[in-house]
Amino acid sequence: MTALTDLTLGQMRDGLRAKDFSAKDLAEAHVKAVEAARVLNAFTVETPELALKAAEAADAALAKGEAKPLSGIPLGIKDLFATEGVQSAAASNILKGFKPPYESTVSGKLFADGAGMLGKLNMDEFAMGSSNETSAFGTVINPWRGKGNESLVPGGSSGGSSAAVAARLVAGATGTDTGGSIRQPAAFTGISGIKPTYGRCSRWGIVAFASSLDQAGPMARDVRDCAILLKSMCGFDPKDSTSLDLPVPDFEAALTGDLKGKRVGIPKEYTVEGIPAEIDALWKKGADMLRDAGAEIVDISLPHTKYALPTYYIIAPAEASSNLARYDGVRYGLREAPENGSLIDMYEATRSAGFGSEVQRRILIGTYVLSAGYYDAYYLKAQKVRALIQRDFMQAFERCDVILAPTAPSAAFGIGANVDDPIAMYLNDVFCVPASLAGLPAMSVPGGLSDDGLPLGLQIIGRPLDEEGVLNAGYAIEQAAGFTARPEAWW
Amino acid sequence: MSVDAATVKRVAHLARIKIDDDRSAVMAEELSKILGWVEMLGEVNTDGVEPLAAVIPNTLRWREDVVTDGGIQDKVLQNAPKAEYGFFAVPKVIE
Repeated sequence: MTALTDLTLGQMRDGLRAKDFSAKDLAEAHVKAVEAARVLNAFTVETPELALKAAEAADAALAKGEAKPLSGIPLGIKDLFATEGVQSAAASNILKGFKPPYESTVSGKLFADGAGMLGKLNMDEFAMGSSNETSAFGTVINPWRGKGNESLVPGGSSGGSSAAVAARLVAGATGTDTGGSIRQPAAFTGISGIKPTYGRCSRWGIVAFASSLDQAGPMARDVRDCAILLKSMCGFDPKDSTSLDLPVPDFEAALTGDLKGKRVGIPKEYTVEGIPAEIDALWKKGADMLRDAGAEIVDISLPHTKYALPTYYIIAPAEASSNLARYDGVRYGLREAPENGSLIDMYEATRSAGFGSEVQRRILIGTYVLSAGYYDAYYLKAQKVRALIQRDFMQAFERCDVILAPTAPSAAFGIGANVDDPIAMYLNDVFCVPASLAGLPAMSVPGGLSDDGLPLGLQIIGRPLDEEGVLNAGYAIEQAAGFTARPEAWW
Repeated sequence: MSVDAATVKRVAHLARIKIDDDRSAVMAEELSKILGWVEMLGEVNTDGVEPLAAVIPNTLRWREDVVTDGGIQDKVLQNAPKAEYGFFAVPKVIE
């Protein structure tokens, strides 16, 4: 019999309803897997008691035939989500020990639908990073190993989520994506992940990084699992002023794999210099897979693509510098108060001790570009270029229904390989950031393996609110690619 | 745009982050590199382009002007590093 942790979330759901196993069995198997994989450092907090409690409730509901959509499904929750009574630190020293007296809307919706929580998942500090190396809780190790058994990063910022899903420690996980933080780690670990349209998932109770870009989304073993989780996570929330008041589609029902009559755009500007040939080859293969599923492939142009990253690295730090002003040592988290120091001394000492170097770097950039005399030259200029990037997409969508691109410019890299060069690290998100700036739904699905045997992701970008189209194209790739590779359990 | 250590110190003070001299020199170099890189946006003609305010068109909603929350002083204070007499406590700010 297949180990319970090897089942997809969809199979777990169906197996629970068929009484093949109990929610308790499922929770216990995952709790054991989490304990056995501590070397991966995927969790910041483990909450086996919560997973088991939810399983008990699920078994009771199942027995009465009153199962909810996620009854008995054990999940991991990214540390960026406020979870009531459980440390929610955004992987930062400044929030260590913070136990919210409230629940984020998205995690609350998952639990209300019957899911249990195995623990909080590690991440880059305040979601600022592409490798999970900026976490105050230490680097997460990718379950996949490089050549010569090299330790690799799991991507970031949702690196604990990607590692935990790939290592089969959780049935699925929440992630958040500001400029690629769901898609790039999904690609680095051979799993699927979708960032929905900006406004689909409530941001209430998610630690804010860059509010005009932040969006929650699921990370899971396959496209169906993403569709199942996304349905529970989405929905209008009056507590988030940017939440969209729209009905939530049945995303799972959209998965037919049939793309007849659909046009898939290939953006010529995504052919970036210095990208490994294997990434280009996979991209072409992806186009063939979608053509085989019935789609027509068309060439499109997104002329402002190369300006997306610099635009992002003005807007995101600017918003972050404002959002992170709240960490002042007064209401929650760390306080460093020099003896006989003033209030300002306390602020400065607290923030200097509490924020890691990447977070400080971004706060300083953000403060600089928003400071008197520079606002127009940097921030306003970036918001104008952002409008042009969005216009590029809207014009492209007159010619196509979805866009196909690589997710990341490389496979997972070694731990420490990019830490000394911020710009090289930022380039990891070159293919992900444009869709974020335009608020578009986008997902990564595994497309194949690199020459070194590491997973590579393909990205589908869709029109605003067309998660169904994105998921279905992802599903077509998943079926054609037949990606079954998985990391060998060395931990 | 090249940023010097004095500018980094000024910006760090605006951001309320204490930064020592060694680190401000390193940061000056890093910030100069990043700001030099983002200056590529100067190439883009944005004449007549409105800055993007909302990615997905959405109007701010009205709500009833009523109190919907409150009476949870204990919860509000429970994570405070220092709370006294039902308030957040900070170093003295008036002489």
